[in-house]
Amino acid sequence: MSRLLLRNADGADPGGSWNRDPQGIQAGEGADRNQIARTGLRLFLAVVSSLFFLFLLAFIARSQMTDWLPLTEPMAPLANLRQLWLNSAFLVVSCVALQWSRMAARRARLGAAVIGFALAGVFAIAFLAGQLLVWQQFVAWGYFLASNPANSFFYLLTGLHALHLLGGLIAWGIIVAKYLQRVPLPQLSASVELCAIYWHYLLGLWFVLFALLASTPQTYEAIARFCGLR
Amino acid sequence: MAYAEQAETEALHEPKSFLTKYIWSQDHKVIAIQYSLTAIFVGVIAVVLSDLMRIQIGFPGTLAFMDASAYYQAMTMHGMIMVIYLLTALFLGGFGNYLIPLMVGARDMVFPYVNMLSYWFYLLAVVVLLSSFFVPGGPTGSGWTLYPPQSISQGTPGVEWGIVMMLVSLAIFIVAATMGGLNYVTTVLQARTHGMTLFRMPLSVWGIFMASIMALLAFPALFVSAVMMLFDKLLGTSFFMPAMISLGQQLDHQGGSPILFQHLFWFFGHPEVYIVALPAFGLVSDLISTHARKNIFGYRMMVWAIIAIGVLSFVVWAHHMYVSGMNPYFGFFFATTTLIIAVPTALKVYNWVLTLWRGDIHLTVPMLFALAFIVTFLVGGLTGLFLGNVIVDIPLSDTYFVVAHFHMVMGVAPVLVVFGGIYHWFPKVTGRMWNDTLGKLHFWITFLGTYAIFFPMHYLGFQGMPRRYYAYDNYAFIPQSAHELNAFITVIALAVGVSQLLFLFNLAWSAFKGRPAGSNPWGAASLEWQTPNTPPIHGNWGEKLPVVHRWAYDYSVPGIEQDFVPQTVSAEELEQMRQLSAGTKIADVRT
Repeated sequence: MSRLLLRNADGADPGGSWNRDPQGIQAGEGADRNQIARTGLRLFLAVVSSLFFLFLLAFIARSQMTDWLPLTEPMAPLANLRQLWLNSAFLVVSCVALQWSRMAARRARLGAAVIGFALAGVFAIAFLAGQLLVWQQFVAWGYFLASNPANSFFYLLTGLHALHLLGGLIAWGIIVAKYLQRVPLPQLSASVELCAIYWHYLLGLWFVLFALLASTPQTYEAIARFCGLR
Repeated sequence: MAYAEQAETEALHEPKSFLTKYIWSQDHKVIAIQYSLTAIFVGVIAVVLSDLMRIQIGFPGTLAFMDASAYYQAMTMHGMIMVIYLLTALFLGGFGNYLIPLMVGARDMVFPYVNMLSYWFYLLAVVVLLSSFFVPGGPTGSGWTLYPPQSISQGTPGVEWGIVMMLVSLAIFIVAATMGGLNYVTTVLQARTHGMTLFRMPLSVWGIFMASIMALLAFPALFVSAVMMLFDKLLGTSFFMPAMISLGQQLDHQGGSPILFQHLFWFFGHPEVYIVALPAFGLVSDLISTHARKNIFGYRMMVWAIIAIGVLSFVVWAHHMYVSGMNPYFGFFFATTTLIIAVPTALKVYNWVLTLWRGDIHLTVPMLFALAFIVTFLVGGLTGLFLGNVIVDIPLSDTYFVVAHFHMVMGVAPVLVVFGGIYHWFPKVTGRMWNDTLGKLHFWITFLGTYAIFFPMHYLGFQGMPRRYYAYDNYAFIPQSAHELNAFITVIALAVGVSQLLFLFNLAWSAFKGRPAGSNPWGAASLEWQTPNTPPIHGNWGEKLPVVHRWAYDYSVPGIEQDFVPQTVSAEELEQMRQLSAGTKIADVRT
């Protein structure tokens, strides 16, 4: 035993397995600035995912209480999903436009990049306006924030998603301002790339939220049973 | 172009004015000091609050203003400040900011502007929190766990303003912690210098790295619960608030689930314990290795233990809720995971002890604190095994045994590391050495004092003394001896509280008047001690970033006279050192 311990204690020989550097001194080097920004953004998206995942768990747990009045009942506002589908279409178009802009920027095609980027912003704003319209319908039908937990969650989740998109639009606005100040495209393409990643993420997140909000109580119950929340 | 090469070719924009250098600074070292000083400032407030509580418990009625409300307000603020605004902020914002770039060989954090924002958001969170002392009704007195419905029901102190300020402050803090955490993790992943592989990083960086990942994933749970509770309080929703009658009136709320809040809170709350503990584990590993002049025992095991603890800490949260009521199978599951997490934790303790074994132990002040940590953490960890078991937890729940347990394991133990870490890296931060006598005096009073405070609390808990009572008079089941013990604890707590002035004075005086420490007073092998300037200047390294050739624990290498080999020494240089040492020995023999 003591020999074993001593070997570990005195085994400070740099030839030890983790002292060796098989790939030479370059092994620990990190990536370039763009890669760093992408890593930072992805980490941030992991945080946002954690946030929404926990909100959704709370949603499922709360939906199992007896006072929950489903929004998808025939006379409830989500019985007809036309407006939400339309909003989803706006966000899809926004993402497609941004992806187009991203690819054009990579190939240094200035005109296409600018048009795509502008369209992305316009359709994202249209999505937000559409969401506001849905909120207005809720209010008009008497589905207020505090009148039922299903309503509370609807306002909370769509509101938080919209806030995240608004944050993205601020970044979008900054890039547009830079473009108007004639910052050359190659310097902006990395930012367009980051915007596109963020937009795609928010689209995916929106479809998760949409699917859940438009589901029936039976679906919630099945999920709750699966998660052990019931 | 890779980060390290890019960092070497880019021009450094050194801040010129006082404002950009010391106030709106984007330099990680200045931000670390800002974080640390702010955290220590709120920490002092929390210590004062705890002493006020102790005066009430030890000598009831002495303080005229200390009624039940004031007591609960002091208790709540003490707990929240210590856990979040002191320990989390100091370990991640203070030590993390200072050490990560220096230890991995980066010029700065990868997002310096976001790093600066992180501090200012933290400061804003602190200002909002402390301003709740001055709002109508004062701060919230709902206990640091903020359980609804009582935290937002009439009758709880600070129900109008205090709780709102607390929740808003927490939300701001989480934004700050997220901005910081993104920086720490990305810097470790992407900005390491030439040759700094992940498995060459010091354990301090590993601990802070893992804790930052956990903070990024766990703080959202607190954010979610804070937002939903704010909605319940301000907008009348019923996420957590059940149908209830309060002060004779039926409230508008219905159907909410207080247990849901508890799950969300502890899904954050338990990882939070390890968000504080993992950096402490990392720092103490480096302290022990350096001051015992021995390589850390089982480095890879230590790294994997940090990762395992981090992962497991997400599946133990409901052991805080055994008495809230749950499916017995869940209780069994959470008791089992709680016991499993003891395995990697115990592994770390064994490895520290084995690092010490036959080491050349220098009983410097940082080492004393590190040794004290091991003992204290062991005591707190062992009582955790009691409380992790459902059957034992239920009778001990809400007694002083629990108070003793968590103060030992997550109060005193990490604070000992904070002190040890500050004493250890102070010479690098300021370029000056503190007063050794004052440091040792501070250590012994703190170490022995905290044991005198918290050890007897285990006994009080076994006697059945409940926690969260503001007065213990006229309870038949609490004997006179418990009152006397409480008075004793209070006297010691006051002494320990006042003795922290020694630490503050030592730091303040030594920062300006201490003797110059030199660049590497401890003979440490890790990268932060190899900077060309002490204190390190903006950009940390000269024109070229350091090149790393080995791990951070080459102490007492056989055949080499100098008892440490810095990480920057290459194999060829090591051979030269060996030959030089052999030559010196031959010369010694001849003379």
